[in-house]
Amino acid sequence: MKFKSLMHKVMGAMLALPLIPSLAHAFQAAPAHRADYNGWTPHEHYDAVWHETMLDITVLGVVFAIVTFAFMIMYRRHGHGERGKLPHLSGQAKIGWVVIPCMLFLGDDLFLYVKGFDLHNHFRNVPADATEVKLTGSMWNWNYVDVNGIDSDNELVVKQGSPVVLRMVSDDVLHSHYMNRYRVTEDLMPGRITWQWFMPDQLGESVVTCREYCGTMHSGMYGKINVLSAEDYDAYVAEQTASVPAVTGVASAATAADKI
Amino acid sequence: MSGFMGHEPDGKPGQPKTVKEWVFTLDHKVIGVWYLIGAIASFIVAGLAASAMRIELGSVGPDITDNGDIYNLWLTMHGAVMILGFQIPALLGFVANWAVPIMVGGKDMAFPRVNAMSVWLLWSGILLALMNLVIPDSYNGMWTGYPPYSLTDAVGNTALYSSVVIILGMSSVFGAVNLACTVAFMRCKGMGWFQMPLTVWCVFTANVIQLIFVPVLAASVLLLSLDKYLGFGFYNPEVGGDVLLYQNLFWFYSHPAVYVILLPFMGILFEIFATSARNDVFNYKATVWSVIAFIPVSSDVWVHHAYVAGLPDWLRLLQTFTTLLISLPFGLLMLSLTGTMYRGAIRYTGPMWWAVAAFFMLIIGALTGIPNALSAVDYGISDSYVIMSHFHYVMAVSGGMAIFAGVFYWFPKLTGRMCNEMMTKLTAAGFFIGMNLVMGPLYFAGIEGMPRRYMDYQMFADNATITSAHHWSTIGLYITFVSALLMIVVWLHGAIAGEKATSANPWGSQSLEFTATAIIPGQGNFPTPVSVPEGWHPYNYIDNPAPVFEPHPGHTGGHH
Ligand code: HEM
Ligand SMILES: [Cu+2]
Ligand SMILES: [Cu+2]
Repeated sequence: MKFKSLMHKVMGAMLALPLIPSLAHAFQAAPAHRADYNGWTPHEHYDAVWHETMLDITVLGVVFAIVTFAFMIMYRRHGHGERGKLPHLSGQAKIGWVVIPCMLFLGDDLFLYVKGFDLHNHFRNVPADATEVKLTGSMWNWNYVDVNGIDSDNELVVKQGSPVVLRMVSDDVLHSHYMNRYRVTEDLMPGRITWQWFMPDQLGESVVTCREYCGTMHSGMYGKINVLSAEDYDAYVAEQTASVPAVTGVASAATAADKI
Repeated sequence: MSGFMGHEPDGKPGQPKTVKEWVFTLDHKVIGVWYLIGAIASFIVAGLAASAMRIELGSVGPDITDNGDIYNLWLTMHGAVMILGFQIPALLGFVANWAVPIMVGGKDMAFPRVNAMSVWLLWSGILLALMNLVIPDSYNGMWTGYPPYSLTDAVGNTALYSSVVIILGMSSVFGAVNLACTVAFMRCKGMGWFQMPLTVWCVFTANVIQLIFVPVLAASVLLLSLDKYLGFGFYNPEVGGDVLLYQNLFWFYSHPAVYVILLPFMGILFEIFATSARNDVFNYKATVWSVIAFIPVSSDVWVHHAYVAGLPDWLRLLQTFTTLLISLPFGLLMLSLTGTMYRGAIRYTGPMWWAVAAFFMLIIGALTGIPNALSAVDYGISDSYVIMSHFHYVMAVSGGMAIFAGVFYWFPKLTGRMCNEMMTKLTAAGFFIGMNLVMGPLYFAGIEGMPRRYMDYQMFADNATITSAHHWSTIGLYITFVSALLMIVVWLHGAIAGEKATSANPWGSQSLEFTATAIIPGQGNFPTPVSVPEGWHPYNYIDNPAPVFEPHPGHTGGHH
C-alpha cells in the first residue's frame, strides 16, 4: 500500500517532467539581441538551433546505440539450450515502462518545439524596414524586380545590413527559392503569392537554388544574391536606373529564353 | 461448398509442381511467393536506376548522360518502383500473404480468389509501369506527381502514372480487406488477439491504414487525369483550382504510407530479435498498443511535407507538434526491440545479422527525422539531401534490409533449403557498410545546401564538402551493388543447391509457422486443423505448451 502511493507520486512527478523545458524557457528573459535583427539574423538563429538539434539527436543516438550494442554483446547465447530470461514485469512496471519513456520523449520534443517556435517567429515576422523585391519564377529562371525598378535575372543585388522581403509568384509550375547562405526556402506557385525575408549581413555572393522539382532543367535553375556595401549599392542603383528606361517584359522573356 | 475455399488441406507438404498449378494457384503461400518475385524484380529494376543516377552524380558535369529528361525518368522510376513495386508488395504482399495466415493458425486467407486477383493486379501494375521505359512520351514527374507540372505536356504521360497508382491502389485495398478479415476471423482455436505475433499486429495495422488512406490517393491522382485530359480545374489556378489541394490529398495518404512500410518491417525485426534471443518481447501488450497508436497519430502529420509550400503559419506550428508526437509510439517500439535483447540468449544467425544492421540504420534514420519535423528547421533543409539521406536511412535502407532479413528468415520454409550462413552474413555486412557510405556523406552535402532531384550541381562545384560527399557516395554504391548482387546469388544458390533443411524450425522460433508445419507447409498449411492451448504465447521461450492438432480433419467448408 505504501509502495503503491509512493509509485503514484513518482508517476505524477514524471508527468510533470515534460513541462520543465517549457517552463525554463518561459522564465528565461528574452535576450536583448533578439529584438534587434541586426544583432541576430534569422540565419544565425537558424544555425544555433540547428547545432542544438544536432547535439540533441547525437546524444540520444549514441546513448541508445551503446546500450543496444552492450546488450548485443552481454547477452550472447552460450549453451545450445540456453533461453532468454527477460524478467516478468509487474503491472506497475509495465505502465512505468510506457509512461516514463513517453514523458522523456515528450520533454525533449517540447524542448525542441519551443526552440523551433522562436525560430519560426524570427523567420515569419518581417521587419518593418524591409525593402520589397518581386520575384517571378519560371522554367528555368529567377526574375527579380526591386523597389528601384531594377529588373534582373538570376542575380539579386542588395545592400548590406538592410533586410529584404521577397514577394514571390510562379509563371508556370512550382519552384522553390532557397538561399543557401540565409537558410530559408519557400515555394513559388501560380495563383498564390508567397514570401520570405532575409538579412544580408556579409559582403559577397551566395548561391540560390531551386528546391522544388520543376522539369528537365530543375538543376539548372540557380542564381546568386550579391551583397554590396552601402556606397557600392548606391552607385549600382544609380548606374542601373540611369542607363536604360526600365527593362521591358519582352527583354526579360528574351533573357529567359537565352538561358534555355 | 469447398470450391469457395479453393482447396482442402491435403496435408501433403511441398509446393505446386506444374506451371499451371503455380499460375492458377489459390494457395496463399504461392501467392505470397508471386508477390515476392514481383517485389524482387522491382528492386532490381529500381536498383539499376539508382545505380545509374548515383554514377551520374559521382562528379560535377555529365558522367553517363547529359539529358535531363532521361535522368528524370530514372529518378521517377526509381522512387515509384521502390515504394509501390518493391517495399509495399514485399511487406503487405509477401509477408502478409505468406506468413500471416500461418502465424494465426489459419489454413488460408479469408478470400483466396480475391487474393489471387490482388497479386495479378500488382503484376499488371508493375508491367504497366515498366512500359514507361519504352513509350516515347514517358512520364518524368517524380512519384509525387505534383501539379501544375504534371498537368503540362513536358511531364509526359500523366495518365500512365495515374493508372499505375490506381491499379496498385486497388490491389492494396483488396489485399487489405482480405488480410483484415483473415486476422479477424481465421485465427485458430485458442488464439486471442493478444496472442498474435507482432508481425501479425503490424501487418494488420498497416492494412487498416491502407484501407483508410489509399482511396484518398486514388482520388487525388484521378482528379489529376481529369484536369489534364478533360480540362477540369481542381488543381488549375487559372480556373479557380488550387495546386495545394493536390499536395494535401497526396500526403494525406503518402505520409501514413510511410508507416504502412515502417510497421511491418519492424514486425519482422521483432520476430527475428525474439527468435534469435529466445526471449520474450519486452512489454508485449504496450508494444501492441504502440503499434495501434500509429493509426491516429499518422493521420495528422501530413502537412510536414508542405511546410514551405505557402501554408498558413499556424498550421505549420500545429503540425510541427503533432509530427513530433510520432516519437512516442515509435520510441516505445525501439525500446521494446532493444528490451527484447535484455537478458536474452542471442544467437547470431544470418537473418539476425541483417536484422541488427537494419536496426542500427533505423536508429540513425529515426533521429535524423526530428530536425525535419521542426517547421523552422525545415526552412533550411526542405527538399535537400538531408531529407534524401534521412528517408533512405529510415525507410529505404532499414526497410529494405528488414525485408531481406525476412526473406532469409523464412527461406527454409519457402524452399526447404538453407542459405549459406557465411555468405548471408557477408552480404549483410557489405550492404550495411556500403549503404552507410552512400547515405552518410550525403547528409552533410545536404547541410551544405545540396538540393534533391538534381542531375548535376555545378553551382556547388567549388564546395569541397558537397563534391567529396558525392564522390564517396558513389564508391559506397559499388560496395552496395556487389553485396546486393551477391545476395541474389546466395538466394538462387540456396534455392537450387542449398543444404537441405533438416528441421522445420531451424531458428528455434515459437511461432506457429515454425512449430506446427512441415518444412515446406503444404496446402491448408497444417495437416489437420491446429489450435493453441491456454497459456500459449508466440514469444514464450520458457514453458510454452505445444500446439494441438485436431485428430479428425473436419470438413471446414469455408463458411465463417
Ligand atoms: C539500393 C540502394 C539505393 C540507392 C543507391 C539509392 C539512390 C537514390 C538516389 C541517387 C536518389 C535521387 C536523390 C535525389 O536527387 O533526390 C534516390 C531517390 C529516391 N529513392 Fe533511392 N536509392 C536506393 C534505395 C532505395 C530504396 C530501397 C528505396 C525504397 C523506398 C528508395 C526510395 C527512393 C525514393 C522514394 C526517392 C525519391 C524519388 C523522388 O524524389 O521522387 N531508394 N535514391
Ligand atoms: Cu524551378
Ligand atoms: Cu526546380
